[in-house]
Amino acid sequence: MTDLLPSTTTATDLAEPTKGRAQGGLAFVLRTIGGGLISMALIVVLGFFMFRVLPGDPVRAMTRDRPGNPEQLARLRAEFGLDQPLPQQFLDYLGDLARGDLGTSYKYSQPVTDLILGRLWPTVLLTGTALVISVALGLWLGSRAAWRHGSAFDRFTTATALVLWSVPTFWLGLIVLMVFAVALDLFPTAGMTSPGGVDGFFPAVLDVAHHLVLPCLTMVAVVYAQYLMVMRSSLLEEMTADYLTTARAKGLREDLVRRRHAVPNALLPTITIIFLQVGFVVSGAVTVETVFSWPGLGLLTYQALAVPDIPLLQGTLIALSSAVVIMNVAADLVYRLVDPRVRTR
Amino acid sequence: MTASIAWERRRTAAARFARTYAEQRSGLAGLVVLGATLVVALTAPLYITADDLSVITATGGVLEPPSAAYPLGTDESGRSVLALTIMGSRISLLVGVAATLLSVVIGSLVGMLAAHFGGWPSAILMRLTDFFLVLPSLVLAIVLSTVLQRGAFTIIVAIGVTSWASTARLVRAQTLAIEARPYIERAQVLGGGHAHVLGKHVLPAVLPLVLANTTLTVGSAIISESTLAFLGLGDPASVSWGTMLKAAVDSGAITAGAWWYLLPPGIAIVAVVLGFTLCGRALEIVLNPALAARR
Repeated sequence: MTDLLPSTTTATDLAEPTKGRAQGGLAFVLRTIGGGLISMALIVVLGFFMFRVLPGDPVRAMTRDRPGNPEQLARLRAEFGLDQPLPQQFLDYLGDLARGDLGTSYKYSQPVTDLILGRLWPTVLLTGTALVISVALGLWLGSRAAWRHGSAFDRFTTATALVLWSVPTFWLGLIVLMVFAVALDLFPTAGMTSPGGVDGFFPAVLDVAHHLVLPCLTMVAVVYAQYLMVMRSSLLEEMTADYLTTARAKGLREDLVRRRHAVPNALLPTITIIFLQVGFVVSGAVTVETVFSWPGLGLLTYQALAVPDIPLLQGTLIALSSAVVIMNVAADLVYRLVDPRVRTR
Repeated sequence: MTASIAWERRRTAAARFARTYAEQRSGLAGLVVLGATLVVALTAPLYITADDLSVITATGGVLEPPSAAYPLGTDESGRSVLALTIMGSRISLLVGVAATLLSVVIGSLVGMLAAHFGGWPSAILMRLTDFFLVLPSLVLAIVLSTVLQRGAFTIIVAIGVTSWASTARLVRAQTLAIEARPYIERAQVLGGGHAHVLGKHVLPAVLPLVLANTTLTVGSAIISESTLAFLGLGDPASVSWGTMLKAAVDSGAITAGAWWYLLPPGIAIVAVVLGFTLCGRALEIVLNPALAARR
């Protein structure tokens, strides 16, 4: 899968060195947004392809384990418009999408769009918090490890990162759940709020934060390791650069050489990789939310596949993929703003 | 005569390869772990019978802690967790390797074609690659395995067709570098067609890099397999590490504190994935010694 576990490709393998350099700002913005639009169109086509063109029969999948009679199956087919010719189905599908109509959930009997919007905030809260902590931790440890390349600290952080890299997210979640929530009883086992609710604004915030700790810890543990490795390898590439010798020659302290000169240059390729891997974080959200019953889009995906609820599954596929594409387009634009070499041309 | 010279050269090259690899301690450790796992997986049917895995003939108690008779305790139907973990290695390894092969074949084809032909076919292929590179692949694989007929084959396809993008990027870059060399031009001048240049000249030069990449990809494919199985999309008829963990959660092993049911399959996954990762990193260094300074 874009790898659940991306391989150890270094920044230079993936970053296109010439991308966006020798062209005007406006052209670059238009090209980036155009690329994003093409990706969105591909997602729309993919959503259609997955559920109507592939040999698997969605109605058969939905009624699996429940032998329905032929009339029921025919009624379901008519309900999803599956009895229409494919081109007609595609046009209907496009029209519905344009109106923001993703169909009606089979399980909840509610519009899929409403269900997704209702689950958006918990996912943003969980992945957002986990991302911020992972990026901060990964970049900090990664730059320290690279700076003291070969030291005991470097060997320890790299070994830890490699092991965490090899851990399936859901299994780590199960172990964390068993140790901290069940055996030690320090944190709640499931959900985002205590059943029955809490009175007052601050107690409610604390309650959510209390529920957030374990899922967030699990995501951070798996995600920060990659950022650490990427930051470490891109800083190691800068280590022999001449400008560092210059910085030292003019008498800067080692600490300042690292913070002011080496790290900012190593950060740029790292940022690209971080955004390329947002899809990986979203994939992690599905399993973490499932393990901790965190009421977000990931759990919604799990609930949809367990039925299976085809309209809902199609909706979450489109929503999650679009979110990732939009983040990547935004990253490309921001990258151009922060990279002085690109900005000044 | 010429044949023996070629053999001589190949033997020296292989010896050099083995020597450089052996200098990597972590790579050797990974190789040992993988070798041991492979032996266990292949010989499992010699000492584990169908009776050990059958729910009906199981003799142990429900979720029994480790004892002399059951070194790793029992599962919810009284089967030995040790026997299940050993048998589980077979499906996990098989699916991981098969899915990786599919992914590497797609990725290498797309990468080589994109680099060789250039122009608009390349533009289309690379746009597709970039698209798959950013997509949340697990979500895509979930959808695929839900829609298609359930089974090991579907899991292989679902992982394979969603994970080829980074290989395609890598192979494209390498192909571009190789096609810039004079001997490719020579082959074309001598009348070599696209198939000849790609098959005889580009492919052999790209393969070593693909091999290192493959080793790294197997690890992620094994994790993907266990994740899909954990979400209930695995083949219910066979035992894999992922289906074991799914069964453990469904049978309430967490609230019962049955650590002996949760730990073995998970540790097995971590060990094997780590083994593949270490081997892949060691291979990368053998192929590209400049990397060693950065590791």
